[in-house]
This record gives sequence, structure tokens and C-alpha cells, in this order.
Amino acid sequence: MLSIKGLSKQFKLKHQNVMAVDDVSIDINKGEIYGVIGYSGAGKSTFVRLINRLEDPSSGEVLLNGQDLTKLKQGKLRQERQKIGMIFQHFNLLWSRTVYENIAFPLEIAGTPKQEREDKVNELIDLVGLKGREKSYPSQLSGGQKQRVGIARALANDPGVLLCDEATSALDPETTDDILDLLVDINEKLQLTIILITHEMHVIQKICHRVAVMEQGKVVEQGDVLDVFVKPQAKTTKRFVQQLSPLEHQREHLEQFLNGRDDSQVLKLHFIGGHAKKALISELSKKLDIEVNILQGSISPTQEGAYGTLYVEVNGAPDLIEQAVEYAKGSGVEVEVLKHD
Amino acid sequence: MIDAIFPNVDMDSMWTATYETLYMTVISVIGTFILGILLGLVLFLTTRGNLWQNIYLNSVTAILVNVFRAIPFIILILLLFPFTDFLVGTIRGPNAALPALIIGAAPFYARLVEIALKEVDKGVVEAAKAMGAKSRTIIFKVLLPESMPALISGITVTAIALVSYTAMAGVIGAGGLGDLAYMQGFQRRDFDVVLLSTIFIVVIVFIFQFLGDWISKTIDKR
Ligand SMILES: Nc1ncnc2c1ncn2[C@@H]1O[C@H](COP(=O)(O)OP(=O)(O)OP(=O)(O)O)[C@@H](O)[C@H]1O
Ligand SMILES: [Mg+2]
Repeated sequence: MLSIKGLSKQFKLKHQNVMAVDDVSIDINKGEIYGVIGYSGAGKSTFVRLINRLEDPSSGEVLLNGQDLTKLKQGKLRQERQKIGMIFQHFNLLWSRTVYENIAFPLEIAGTPKQEREDKVNELIDLVGLKGREKSYPSQLSGGQKQRVGIARALANDPGVLLCDEATSALDPETTDDILDLLVDINEKLQLTIILITHEMHVIQKICHRVAVMEQGKVVEQGDVLDVFVKPQAKTTKRFVQQLSPLEHQREHLEQFLNGRDDSQVLKLHFIGGHAKKALISELSKKLDIEVNILQGSISPTQEGAYGTLYVEVNGAPDLIEQAVEYAKGSGVEVEVLKHD
Repeated sequence: MIDAIFPNVDMDSMWTATYETLYMTVISVIGTFILGILLGLVLFLTTRGNLWQNIYLNSVTAILVNVFRAIPFIILILLLFPFTDFLVGTIRGPNAALPALIIGAAPFYARLVEIALKEVDKGVVEAAKAMGAKSRTIIFKVLLPESMPALISGITVTAIALVSYTAMAGVIGAGGLGDLAYMQGFQRRDFDVVLLSTIFIVVIVFIFQFLGDWISKTIDKR
């Protein structure tokens, strides 16, 4: 539904030219939550601003339902923009307007009749869970509530696409989770396509279906979130994946369990979503005469199932340990037997 | 009691003069508010990277504003005599003072308006653009409302300057408290008239300051 082809943006400065976005091509499906992750300065904001032409591209196409936005005249572009919602890191609400009036603003722009406007605003206030706060001013709201107003405002004209530029970066972890839940909720309810910019991998992990990794204006890797998690190719991607399982760094803590005996092994179990069984550990110790101790690890839910790494110590006869490894592999978990370095 | 302290004061002419001063101030404040906001908007919107980016128009406006700000008010009145005569049909009385008052104060206020508009969060303007807002919508529904407290405190400062401008205009026959203080008080050596006129002017200034602060505070929801 949204097809981006060879999109580039060059900023011409006095002393140098900056290639903020460099030949980016991405296809985004209807109803998908598409994440774009990258470190500061990677060109994420520029990329998302090129989509609704807050920034004019140097070259490339942005096809929304087959229409090339980059070729539109100003008047037509303004109309199309009404159908592309956008939310911001710093919310960008009008402080001089109440919650109600802020949400009504895009409807005023679209020229929606008063009665219809009222109904729509009230419906949106319900949707984002701000009932009772209609008359509050933004300064009287918490960050999370402000972003809810931002989301309601972005949805006012029933957009097909929602652009989110670091929408949760100014929020604390708990509020971030609430806002992400809300985004998933509206994604499912409204079949809304969401493009989400972030520098935090857990945001991608929590709600995105697919992800593109940006570095110096280029997309260095893209694909299904789980594939990218499991087999990160680019160096940047690997660094992001490590954000999620910081334990990868702490292998030295495991060394004391690596005693070289063959009736005690340390296994690294890599859960990669889908059919990986959560009950694997208890099944192993029930089915086979072995003892399984969890050493460390973290498993987190993603849109595609459980993802994470678990380190376990298995004690038992060598051939039983062998069987346990095979059993785990058979249930969709990647297994690695750790050895002394 | 008043007769004892201010033996030469005729309260009727005092009230007439007060009314004239208030009349000149209020009308010129309204005129300055409108003209100043127009000029301020042009100054702001024509700068680089803004809605109506236009280096030429920007420089012309800036020069005009600076020149008129540089001219001392009393000289501006003299310079504007022909213009006033053409516009108002006379060069005496409160109405004749209005063109000079507005033209004298608007450039100053325009700079305050420009500063106020610069303070408006760029992100909010961008959000409005992203919603598909026209320039007119951005000006009237974002820029002006969002900068209103600053616009109000700016016009308060300007209004107070205008009160003293009216007194100056009075000296060359515009009427009002300045006229009264000069003609009756100074020329005829009735200093009690000068004193009471001063007190009235100070009270007017205080009222404007209080009103301005109060409005600015009430509409500021930040
Ligand atoms: N208006 C501009 N003029 C000149 N250079 C710009 C402009 N906007 C962005 N850039 C440059 O483009 C590059 C990408 O910036 P961008 O804001 O898109 O990065 P980002 O990935 O969003 O970073 P962050 O995570 O810090 O928000 C940077 O080198 C930046 O300096
Ligand atoms: Mg950014």
C-alpha cells in the first residue's frame, strides 16, 4: 500500500553536503506495523518526514495506494496529508487549546461540519482513554496523556497511515508500554498501517511486524522482526539485538559452570518465536532422567511469539543430555552446547 | 478638599482631557495592535526557511521598521503634518494625533510581535503542516493563538509608551492631559494642574499595566 522507491534526501550546507537519506526502498503492507531503527543521525526522522513531504526529497518516489506523493502540487498534497497521521516525540500539541480542541483541530482543517466533528472527537477521546480530560490543557497532562492526545489528533481524519517519529522516546518505560499497547490496539481495530521510528530495540520487538535498520541514510538490513533478531547480518543490527539480551556479554559469569565433565553441560537455548514451546524446560526434566537448572536468561514476547535466550545447566548421563539436546532442537529452539574457550 | 490642594483645577476640563487621552490611547493601541501584527507577521514569515520566504520583502520591511523606529516621536508628528491633514482634515485635536501615534508605535510593536512569533514551537507549526493546514490556518489558528500571551504583554508595553506619546502630542495641540498640563499648567504657571495631570496619567498607566498583565496571565495556559 505504501511503496517507497529509491528515496534520497541531500541537505546542501555551506561547507558540505549531507546525504541524510540515501536510496531507500521499502514496501509496506496494509495493516502492518513497520519499524525503522537506527542510531542518532542515521536519517530516520528525515526519512519519515519525506513520506508526508515535510521535507522534499532530492529523488525517489513515495507511492501511497499507487499515487506518487512526490509529484503532487501543494493543494493536492495538503489533502493527502489529512489522510496521513503523524505523532511526534515532543507531542507538538497546541498549548492554547484544550484536549478537545486539539483533537478537533485536524477536523477544522479538513472542514468537517460541527456536529460530525463533535461526534468524532468524543469517539477518539474514548478510543485513547482520555474521557473526563476533554477540558484540560496540555500543560495539565502527563507525558503519556499528551501522547494519547497526539494519537487521537493523528487519527481524526481516518488516516490510512500513521507515522510515529520517536513517539515513546520522551516517556518512561511503563508509559512507553501503555502507548505501544494503544498503538497495537488501534492497528488491529482500524487496520491502520503504522510506520514507527525508534532507536530502542525493545519497541521494535514489542510491536513491529517488520523492521528496517538504518545507518548513515541507508537501509542496511530489513525483514521480519524475528528473522532480523535471530540472524542479524549488519554490525549495527547486531548491536541493537544485544540491547535486548545484554546477557550475551556476560558469558564469563557462566564459566564457573563449564567444568568439562560430560555428565554436566551448559546449554544456550535460543527461543525464536513461532512454535517454540514455552514449557520446554519442565518437559525435559519430566521426560528424561535429568536435572535442568536455569542459570540466566530472558524471554520476551514479540508479535510473532516468544523471543530470547536461556542458559541452562543440564546434569545427567551423557546420552540423556544428548537426547535432551535433540528434543529441544525438535521443538523449534536453537541449541548450542557451551564449551570452555 | 480638592479645591484647597488644587485651587486652579477645573475638574470639568480635567475629565475632558482624561477622556481625550484615553480616547487617543485606546484607538491608537487598537491601530498599533493591527498594524504591528501585520508588520510583525511579514517580518517573521518572510525570513529564510519560513512560510513566505522572501529575502527582498523581508529587507524592505525591516528597513522601513527600523527607520520609523529611529525617528523621535515629536519629529514624526511634524513630518506627518501633511499626511495627517490629508487623512483627518485637520492637524489639531485628538483625531489628528492618531496617525502619528500609530505610525510611531507600530514599528516598535512589530519587532515585539516578531520576537513573540519566533518563540512559537516549530514542532507545533510542523504538526499543523502535517495535518494539511493552509498558511492562513497556520497563521490564524497556530501562530497567533500560540503567541497571544507574548503579543498581549508586548501591546501592554507599547500602550504605556503610547500614553506618554499622547502627552507629547498634546504639547502641539492634540488635546488630552498633556495638552492641559502644558497649556494651562505650564504656560499660565498653574503648577497644581501639572501635578494633577501627572497623577491622572500615572493612574492610567497603572490601569493599562494591570489590565495587560491580567489578560496575559489568564490566557497563558502553558
Ligand atoms: N534541515 C536540515 N539541514 C541540514 N542537515 C540536516 C537537516 N535535517 C537533518 N539533517 C542531517 O541529516 C542527518 C540525519 O538526521 P535525522 O534527524 O534524520 O537523524 P535521526 O536518525 O532522526 O536522528 P535522531 O535519532 O537523533 O533523531 C544528520 O546528519 C543531520 O545533521
Ligand atoms: Mg530523529
